[in-house]
Amino acid sequence: MSDIPAAFSDPPRKSKVSKFKWVSIVGIPLAAILFQVYVPRFFTYLAYLEMPLLVTVYFSLMRRSPPFGVLLGMCIGLAQDSLSNHPLGMFGIVKTLVGYFAASVSQRFETNNAVLRLVLAFFFFFFHQFFYWVLARALLGEAVSFEPLQTLVLAVLNAAVAVPLFHILDRLKVTD
Amino acid sequence: MDLILNRYRNLTALVAAILVQLVLLAYQVKSNQEVRLIRVWAVSAVTPLARLLEGGRSGAVTFFKDYFVLLDVREQNKRLQTDLNRVQLENQVLRSELDTAERGRALSVFQEQSQMKTVAARIIGNSPGSNGRVVLIDRGTGSGIQPGMAVITPDGIVGKIVSSYPTASNLLLVTDPTFAAGVLSQKNRVHGTLKGTGNSNALVDYVQNEQNVEVGEWFYTAGDDRVFPKGLPAGTVTAVRPGRTVKEIFLSPSGLQNGLEDVLVILEGDHKPIPDLPPPGQSVHLQPLPTSEGDSADPLSAARSSGAQTDLDREVEHTRRIGEDQKHVFGERGRGAPDFNKVPAAAPLAAPSSPASASPASNSQAPSSSTPSSNQPRP
Repeated sequence: MSDIPAAFSDPPRKSKVSKFKWVSIVGIPLAAILFQVYVPRFFTYLAYLEMPLLVTVYFSLMRRSPPFGVLLGMCIGLAQDSLSNHPLGMFGIVKTLVGYFAASVSQRFETNNAVLRLVLAFFFFFFHQFFYWVLARALLGEAVSFEPLQTLVLAVLNAAVAVPLFHILDRLKVTD
Repeated sequence: MDLILNRYRNLTALVAAILVQLVLLAYQVKSNQEVRLIRVWAVSAVTPLARLLEGGRSGAVTFFKDYFVLLDVREQNKRLQTDLNRVQLENQVLRSELDTAERGRALSVFQEQSQMKTVAARIIGNSPGSNGRVVLIDRGTGSGIQPGMAVITPDGIVGKIVSSYPTASNLLLVTDPTFAAGVLSQKNRVHGTLKGTGNSNALVDYVQNEQNVEVGEWFYTAGDDRVFPKGLPAGTVTAVRPGRTVKEIFLSPSGLQNGLEDVLVILEGDHKPIPDLPPPGQSVHLQPLPTSEGDSADPLSAARSSGAQTDLDREVEHTRRIGEDQKHVFGERGRGAPDFNKVPAAAPLAAPSSPASASPASNSQAPSSSTPSSNQPRP
């Protein structure tokens, strides 16, 4: 059992739940949304970054609470919807699912591992894009296309950004 | 309930959040028909269930309704079938009576308009035999019918009486192989003999292959058989083909086309001209007949004065004088014919009064159809 990496060894306990200040929990997602809204206007190549998604994944992983992940994902998604031209609820539903699954995964794995964060960020970005495409076609009837290869590349890039981003956000943890 | 919610707290929270957002989404979004999506979803969710319930209800109602209705259908079907048979029978009887009345009316009209003296008769029986085309009519010698009388309908000739009895007569139809009648074509004035073939057609015989007869052409009675008056329709040509010696012309008898039930027996005939004009473009030249006596300029006046009684006698006398003038002996072998254009010296010929009479070649043209043939019998 000692050969098994710590991230896949024993399930995390309640004592390993990271805590953040409410200002951080509210401010960081808000900053991520603002980043996605305004930064690509000046740096178009940064438009591929899904900062609200990465923040949702990070806080869900760190808080290890599915209800929290659901609530956070819903709020970030609705806020993102409210700033976009999409109907309210599209990003909200997707990010709600992402928050829920991320929090559920964090209960089984050690989420401080950088590789695991890379994999999870890659997976959730792909899941986010794919599920959004499904909802757009199923609920709205929009004839949007889905490019798997392009989505995979963007998922890799977002995962590459997620690892240092999560490391930076780790500094916002509140230690007892 | 609380236990379940606590046990599945995370999942409950997820479902609740998703549902809230779905409702929010449905409230905002309108479909292409400007209907809110929540209505579309609600209708889409309810419609299949409602359709299922309605299908079951209507099916059950229809089943019981049809079952109770079908209990009476058999009896009703029998009753309707009986009524239908009765109505069909009545319809056939009425139609038959109507046809009979129409035939009788047509026959009566034809009888009134015709100059011929006729008597109406009805077919009451057929003669036995496979090839024989003889029928029995309900009029006989008591009505003045004699053997050899012609029988017609307004459509054409039907046949002739072959035997008559006090109350009935035997009618030989035109399709009988022993039937014969003289006929004349309408367009090309071709003479022939109408004969029966034993089937529904008739045959026009004794028409030379060189004579022109067309399919669809009408044939009328020629009036030269002493049975049928001239000008009655006999039928139309259905097929023409050249034969070994004479043409084979098949005719569809017009008198038998519309069924044979009522006929007219001609007691006294009335000859009529063939109801058609000569074909356009055909010139007709008539040889002038000998004029009246006393005309000294006429080459035949001497013949007339010599005691000739008829035109033929005068023509013979004129020809004999030409022969004597040219020292020609008629009937002698190797002498040929005299020159008929040379006028006999004893009777110099005056200048011709018309080009038609002056040209000998024109005299060889066909005679006019309106001029009856010398051998044609007159009624």
